[in-house]
Amino acid sequence: MDSHFSPAYLQNLLQTLKSSKIYTDLHNAAQSEIAKTNVRVSELKKGVQSGLAASGWERKLRNTIYQYLQTHALSSHPLSTPAEHIKEPFVYLRKAQQAWEKRILKSLNSMCTELNIPLARKRPDKEQKDLLSRWTELGTDGPDLSQIRPVYAPKDFLEVIMCLQNPNYNAGDSSGTYTLWGLVQLPLKLNDINRLRILYSDMAINQCQTGVDDSGDIPPEMFDSDRVKLGKKVIAGDHGPLAQEYAKKGCPVSLRAELWCQILGIELDEFDTLYYEQLKANVIAHDLLVDSLLYKDVKLTATNDDQYFVFEDYLYQILLPFTRDTEMLKHFSRNSASPPKSYIRGKLGVEEFAVIYPPNGVIPFHGFAMYVAPLCYLYKEPVKLYYVFREIYTRYFFRLHSISSHPQGILCLSLLFETLLQTHEPELFFHLKSVGCQPLKIAFKWLVRAFSGYLSSDQVLLLWDRVLSYNSLEILPILAVAIFSFRKTNLLKVQSYNAAEAVLADLTTLQVIPLIQLGLFSK
Amino acid sequence: MSKITRVPGYMQSKGNRNRGPIGDREIRYKCSMQNTILDVLRARPGWQEVSGPNTAANQQQPGQKGSATGSQPAKDKNGPATSSTGGTTTTKTSNQTTTPSNQMTGTTTTTKSSIVNRGFPTPQPTPRIVDGDWDFYWCDREWLHANYDTMFLQEHQKILHFRNHYELTRKNLMVKNLKRLRKQTEREMGKKEAESFDFFPTTYELPSEYHIFVEEFKKNPGIIWIMKPAAKSQGRGIFLFRKLKDITDWKKGEYQPLTDPNREVPETYVVQRYIENPYLIGGRKFDIRVYVLVVSYNPLKVWLYRSGFARFSNSRFSLDSIEDAYVHLTNVAVQKTAPDYDPDKGCKWATQQLRQYLTAKHSADAARKVFQGIDNIIIKSLQSVQKIIINDKHCFEMYGYDVLLDSKLKPWLIEINASPSLTASGKDDYDLKYGVLNDVLNVLDLENRLTGKEKRVGGFDLIWDDGPVLADDGSMECSVNGSSTTANSFLGCHSERKKQLREIYTAAQALKKSVAS
Repeated sequence: MDSHFSPAYLQNLLQTLKSSKIYTDLHNAAQSEIAKTNVRVSELKKGVQSGLAASGWERKLRNTIYQYLQTHALSSHPLSTPAEHIKEPFVYLRKAQQAWEKRILKSLNSMCTELNIPLARKRPDKEQKDLLSRWTELGTDGPDLSQIRPVYAPKDFLEVIMCLQNPNYNAGDSSGTYTLWGLVQLPLKLNDINRLRILYSDMAINQCQTGVDDSGDIPPEMFDSDRVKLGKKVIAGDHGPLAQEYAKKGCPVSLRAELWCQILGIELDEFDTLYYEQLKANVIAHDLLVDSLLYKDVKLTATNDDQYFVFEDYLYQILLPFTRDTEMLKHFSRNSASPPKSYIRGKLGVEEFAVIYPPNGVIPFHGFAMYVAPLCYLYKEPVKLYYVFREIYTRYFFRLHSISSHPQGILCLSLLFETLLQTHEPELFFHLKSVGCQPLKIAFKWLVRAFSGYLSSDQVLLLWDRVLSYNSLEILPILAVAIFSFRKTNLLKVQSYNAAEAVLADLTTLQVIPLIQLGLFSK
Repeated sequence: MSKITRVPGYMQSKGNRNRGPIGDREIRYKCSMQNTILDVLRARPGWQEVSGPNTAANQQQPGQKGSATGSQPAKDKNGPATSSTGGTTTTKTSNQTTTPSNQMTGTTTTTKSSIVNRGFPTPQPTPRIVDGDWDFYWCDREWLHANYDTMFLQEHQKILHFRNHYELTRKNLMVKNLKRLRKQTEREMGKKEAESFDFFPTTYELPSEYHIFVEEFKKNPGIIWIMKPAAKSQGRGIFLFRKLKDITDWKKGEYQPLTDPNREVPETYVVQRYIENPYLIGGRKFDIRVYVLVVSYNPLKVWLYRSGFARFSNSRFSLDSIEDAYVHLTNVAVQKTAPDYDPDKGCKWATQQLRQYLTAKHSADAARKVFQGIDNIIIKSLQSVQKIIINDKHCFEMYGYDVLLDSKLKPWLIEINASPSLTASGKDDYDLKYGVLNDVLNVLDLENRLTGKEKRVGGFDLIWDDGPVLADDGSMECSVNGSSTTANSFLGCHSERKKQLREIYTAAQALKKSVAS
């Protein structure tokens, strides 16, 4: 292996591999290789290795290691770095995140007290049976939601972000030269446009793309047929990095489901199904307040959406088990956020009676269900849908609603949006700013939801193709800037925030890939 | 409300021109509907509304589908489209405020009266009106029945509906025609070929085929049947049953002359084997609405619209509650009365969305097969009446096909409507219907802007022109490799109708110029 893997990193990797299922699987496979008659004792090692390669185990191991590399960034910190520094190196951002968590929790608790409902309760047997019997149609008879309101919306989160200040950085008063034009006032390191062009060079205009060159007006012989043929070959190869490389130019609709599974390293076995069933049993046993929040969210978003209303029941089958999934807690070692804690009644503040609430540590906000909704177009079986969603969430989407300095955190993405827009459309930015409409105020909700629910579903999936394949969320602000550029003529005419919002209210007609190309490569 | 005065004799002077005598004057239209079609006609540049009896301009058409309550919101949403044609033709949507013109007194009653009057001289078709005051008439079926036999149409005039359109739209006749063509095909081309007709469930006409039905019923105990009035639409009078007792009870009620004194013969019903394994999305049943335009039956010339929608039932599908119509019928008209119907939500998907879903969930081939199956349904059903429909070059018909998929992704023909609802249920729906109707006018091309050789006009693709139409293989270079074998059918495919229209109009213009010079 290359030398840029630190010994500590390799050690961690080996540790993880040893404790995972693939280790025992490989062990067993190696033993059965040895037992084969054609292996000579003199060439035992070589024989077993080639045997494992031939039976596909080597590729499986490679895939597993690749998934580890994808999710565990190389850290330049020495081993002894405290965990909280790995979560978030800046103290002021750490504090801001903690304050934000406290605020969410407080609002959740006050809703509990106000409405006099417990955070969690065991369901009586009768209710359990009833719930089990209508598991596949949970949407028909949900709980009373009239009193429930979302804990927070992207708008509230934006207000917090606007107030963030780096205490070590003094830009003078607000009119000073060093003050940025936008809402995010933090000095964070960003990729500039040239760097982005190199990163996304596969999206260049001279490259054929799924999402542009497969449109109905172009005969399939020109591009689409070959693309699908190649895609089938890639799928047959069953190799994560290969699928990821292929997806950089977009996935054909009919192959996307399988390609994404390979990119994310999802291969379901009976244990996964069992685990999902376990989560489902937990949903049936206990009623949580967050369930109502999720119900409310689905009713407010997906059920009202022409594209997603049919999937209402699927969404519950994913979101409710998701809240019970304690495997999710692992991702908090990489997340600047920490799982919220609650205390058993009467033991407030006593650490040993603290429980993580909800069990997965994620309090849903308004629009959370939209992270799942587009995936319903891809997977019919809830179990597969569940694991794909969980993987995408723990790789990418959690960064969209926690305060951190990570280059793909919402802070950097927001700042990237503002900087790019200022650089490319200074006239537009200045105009909008001067009529009291900071562009980020409109674009922020797009970013937080990764555009889900704003674009038409096929376009969202084409966009997420690129998120997965480039392993980065930076495409989101690039698209947001391109949308502003694209509607520039009309935006330059607006004189108020509402007018600007109206211009950008309907994005369902947009074609994202040509827009991204426009934003990245046109100037 | 004065009629627009014309130069007398304009018709004669230009009457012998090849493609209609409408030179550079406006096209005059009549319309008896109150909904989207009127918006389309009014917004069309160079078209002028003719007032007269039985037009939207001065009366509310009572027999019209969807009625005024439905058409109103759609128009509100689309203010600019309706605001044309000045004050003379301001639409009045309420019956009370309408003052029928003198000669019309007494005929604004229900449309039943005009059916009853069929065959007798009716007061409304005064010679002045049928004479050719209009170039284009979007009439209702009842009007056509009453007037078709007595009117004389000029060369260029276009009117909606064929004389005996009911051959396809009445459920019993549709099945009868399909069964006949199936038999003929089996005789002439063998069993294999006849299997391509297996797209409608076992169906019997009641009361005439009651005995055959009972026999069939006893052969397959336990299956569910669906009973539909042959002539009604929008889900009225439909119910499901499993036991013969249910139907005998109903028979007593239905066939008693007391229920409706005007009815002398029992109403015709069809009873159909219910498709018990529909394809479900999110646990919901749906059917697909497909728009088809027939401009001629001899030779058969069929255009298929790319867009359409899938209508979802409001509740989850289950066979436990067969008396719950909301689960089983996907008609918007039925769903609208469901207790938790939310008009803003709209239980609809665009056909594009459905195609995308099927492609992602199954495969591109599976989706293609579904839509090929739908093409087959359209062609076969139209062929089944090709020799029966009285062809008339003045007539055209826009059909709304309702197709259901079963769990094996096989499409089934549910019914064909000759007056598909044009009342919009929301903005997207309005845009769709507005586009369809506009493209109907574009295909008919009264303005004479096209060359007549187009295979695609806006969202419409020509799928049958006295034989299958093949898709262009796009670029010039490809055509060297031999012609492609894909049909020119793009249901559920991307439709950029406006862009396409611009292109063909420019092309046609250029061609005409070069021919002239």
